[in-house]
Amino acid sequence: MHGTLHDSPPVTATRTPLGRGRPGFRGRIDAIETGGNTIGLTPEELERRLIELGFVEGASVEILHEGAIGHDPIAVRVDSATIALRRREAMAILVI
Amino acid sequence: MNAIADVGIIRCALVGTPNSGKTALFNALTGSRQKVANYPGVTVERKAGVVHTPSGLCFTVVDLPGTYSLRARSPDEEITRDAVLGKLASETPPDVLVCVADATNLRLALRLVLELRQVGRPMMLVLNMMDIAKRRGIEIDIAKLSDLLGMPVVAAVSVRKGGIDAVLAKFDEFVFTGGRECVWKVPSAKDLRAGQHEADSIIRSVVKMPAHADTLTTRLDAVLLHPVAGLICLFVILFVMFQAVFTWAQPLMNLISDGFAAIGAATHAVLPPGLLQSFIEDGVLGGVGSVLVFLPQILILFLFILLLEDLGYMARAAFLMDKIMGGAGLHGRAFIPLLSSFACAIPGIMSTRVIDNKNDRLTTILVAPLMTCSARIPVYTLIIAAFIPNRAVWGVLSLQGLVMFGLYAGGIFSALGVSAAAKFLFWRRQMSPPFMLELPDYKLPSAKSVVLGLITRAKAFLTRAGTTIFAMMVLIWFLASFPRPPAGATGPAIDYSFAAMLGRLIHPLLEPIGFNWQISIALIPGMAAREVAVAALGTVYSISGGGDAERQIGQLLAAQWSLATALSFLVWYIFAPQCASTLAVIKRETGSWKWMWITFGYMLALAYVAAFATYHIAVALGAG
Repeated sequence: MHGTLHDSPPVTATRTPLGRGRPGFRGRIDAIETGGNTIGLTPEELERRLIELGFVEGASVEILHEGAIGHDPIAVRVDSATIALRRREAMAILVI
Repeated sequence: MNAIADVGIIRCALVGTPNSGKTALFNALTGSRQKVANYPGVTVERKAGVVHTPSGLCFTVVDLPGTYSLRARSPDEEITRDAVLGKLASETPPDVLVCVADATNLRLALRLVLELRQVGRPMMLVLNMMDIAKRRGIEIDIAKLSDLLGMPVVAAVSVRKGGIDAVLAKFDEFVFTGGRECVWKVPSAKDLRAGQHEADSIIRSVVKMPAHADTLTTRLDAVLLHPVAGLICLFVILFVMFQAVFTWAQPLMNLISDGFAAIGAATHAVLPPGLLQSFIEDGVLGGVGSVLVFLPQILILFLFILLLEDLGYMARAAFLMDKIMGGAGLHGRAFIPLLSSFACAIPGIMSTRVIDNKNDRLTTILVAPLMTCSARIPVYTLIIAAFIPNRAVWGVLSLQGLVMFGLYAGGIFSALGVSAAAKFLFWRRQMSPPFMLELPDYKLPSAKSVVLGLITRAKAFLTRAGTTIFAMMVLIWFLASFPRPPAGATGPAIDYSFAAMLGRLIHPLLEPIGFNWQISIALIPGMAAREVAVAALGTVYSISGGGDAERQIGQLLAAQWSLATALSFLVWYIFAPQCASTLAVIKRETGSWKWMWITFGYMLALAYVAAFATYHIAVALGAG
C-alpha cells in the first residue's frame, strides 16, 4: 500500500485540502482554514474540534480508508492516532 | 495538604480522553467495590469506588466521562468539567486529579494534561497500556516526562492484577504535593493549538516511536474498513449478534416464563380462588415475570456491545454505517440500537447510550419502537395464519411470507421517515455535530471489565425499569380485574371490568378503523405486552386456555372478523404504542415524561391514520 511514489511529500508547494485526498494520500498539515462551509458549527468551533483530535500545523497525515458510498467518510492517520471524519470537515485541513 | 490527610479519605477523580483505558484502570483499582448511579437530573452514569493503598490510605475514586478538553460539548463532558472544577453541586470537589493516558497514543492525552494543569489541583499522570507500548517498541522516558510536566508520572498495565501496584505506591507519596490557584478558562482555538504544539514538543523529547504504526490494527483494518469486505464483515457480525439475541435467549426466556407459570400454578393451588389469588398470580407474578423475561436478551445484547466496544470495533461500525444512516438523519452509532430493537425495543433503547450526542440519541429512542420486535410476531402469525391464504405468488414466494415481510418493511421505512421528520421538527436549527471520532487500536477486552459492565446493565434494568414496568403491570391487572363480575354473571369476568368499560368507551373512536368492541377491550390488557393481546382476545371471546387455544382463536377470528378488520389490526400493530414496558424505559432513559408522551402520541397517530387508510381501502376493494 505504501508505494515509493508516496514516500515523499508532493514536490509542488500547492496545498491540497485533506477532503480531496484518496487513500494513500499523505503529507503534513500546513494550515487549518475553516471557511464558510461549516454547517451547524461556527468556523471557530470546527477548528477547535479538529485541533482537539490532533489536526494541528506540522502533524503528518495519511488517508488510510474511505467509506463505500461517495468515498465518504475517511479514516486518517494523524501522527499516532487514527481519526474518522467526513470529507466536508476535512476540507478545512490543508496539506502540503 | 495535611487537612486532607486528617480527613482520612482522599477524593480522587479519574480524567482522560476516550479510549485511554480509563475505565479499565478504574475497574482494576476498585474491582467489585464500585457503585454505579446517575448524576442527579441527567442520564450520565456516575461510577465511584474505594481504593486502599498499601500504607493504609483510603481513596474514593470517581471515573469521570472521557473528554478531549474541559470545553464540555455534551452532557457527559459537562459533568467532567464541573466535577474537575469543583462546580458540581452534588459532588464534593476532588482533592486530586488522576489523568489517564494511553501510552501508545500520547498526543491528545498530553494536550488534555496541559489543560488540566491549569485547574491547579494536585495531579498525576498514569500511562496506561505500557505493556503494549513496550511490545511495539515505543520508549518513554518517564522521569523526564514527569520533570517536564511537573507532576508524578507512573506506568501501569491495568488489565493485569499486579499492573497497578506501582499506581497504588504512587498514590501514597502523591498526597503531600500541594495545589495551586485555578487559572483555567475556556480555551480558544489559539490556546488549543498552542497546547497541542507544546504537547508535541514534549513528546519529541521523551518518546521514541518505532517507524511503523501498530501492524495488527493496520492489517485488520485493511479488511474490516474495506468499502466492500468491511460492510460484509459488519453484516456477518450483526447477523450473529441478532441470531444470538433471538435464539440463545429463547431457552432462558422459556425457563423464566415456565418458572413463573409453575410458581403461579403453585400459588393457584395453595390460595383460595378470589381476589388475592388473582392478584398474586396475574398481578404480582405476571408482572415480575414479564419484566424478568427480557433479562436474557438484554444480557446477550450487552455482552456483544461491550465486547465490540472494548475491542475497538464499535467506532469502526459507526464509520461504515455513517453515510447509510446519515441519509435518514440518524447517527452511524444508531445502527446497533435499532437492530437490537428487532428483538425487543427495551434493550435497544437502553443501548442508545453508545450515542454521545443528545439529539441523535433522542431520535434513535423515538424510532426504536417502530422496529418489529419479537412480541409482535405472535400477533402477526395468528392473524396472517387466520386470514391470509397460504398460496404461492409467482411460483416461489408464499403470500403469507410476503405479508410478514411487508409488516417488517413498514416498520423500517416508517422509522426512517419519522427520524427525518424528527430532525426537521425538533432540531432543524441545531445541526448535529459533524461525525468525527477516533478509531482506537484493536485491543483484547478484559473479562473483568465485561463482567462488571454486564452486572451494571442488569442492575440498571432490574431496578430502574423493573419498578416502573411492575407498577404498570399491576395497574393493568387492576383495570382488567375490577370491578368483579356480579353473582350469577354468565359472560367472562373481564366484560365487567374497568378494562371493558374503557374498551367500550374508546370503541366509537376505533370503529372507523374497523375494530369491534372485543378488539377495543383486548387492546387495554394488550398494553402489558403486545403478545398479551392474543390471550386477551381469547378471554374476551371466552376461549379457555389450553394447548390449541391459539388455533381456536384463529378459527374464531376468521369467522367473526372481515379481512379489512384483520388487515387494519395488523397495520395497527406495526405502529401502535402497545407496550407499557417500552414507554416506561423511554421515560427512564430520557429522564422526562415529555419524550414518553411524544413517542406515545406520534405512534398512536400513525397507527390510527394507517389503520384507517388500510381499512377503508380494503372495504372499497370489497374485503369489508
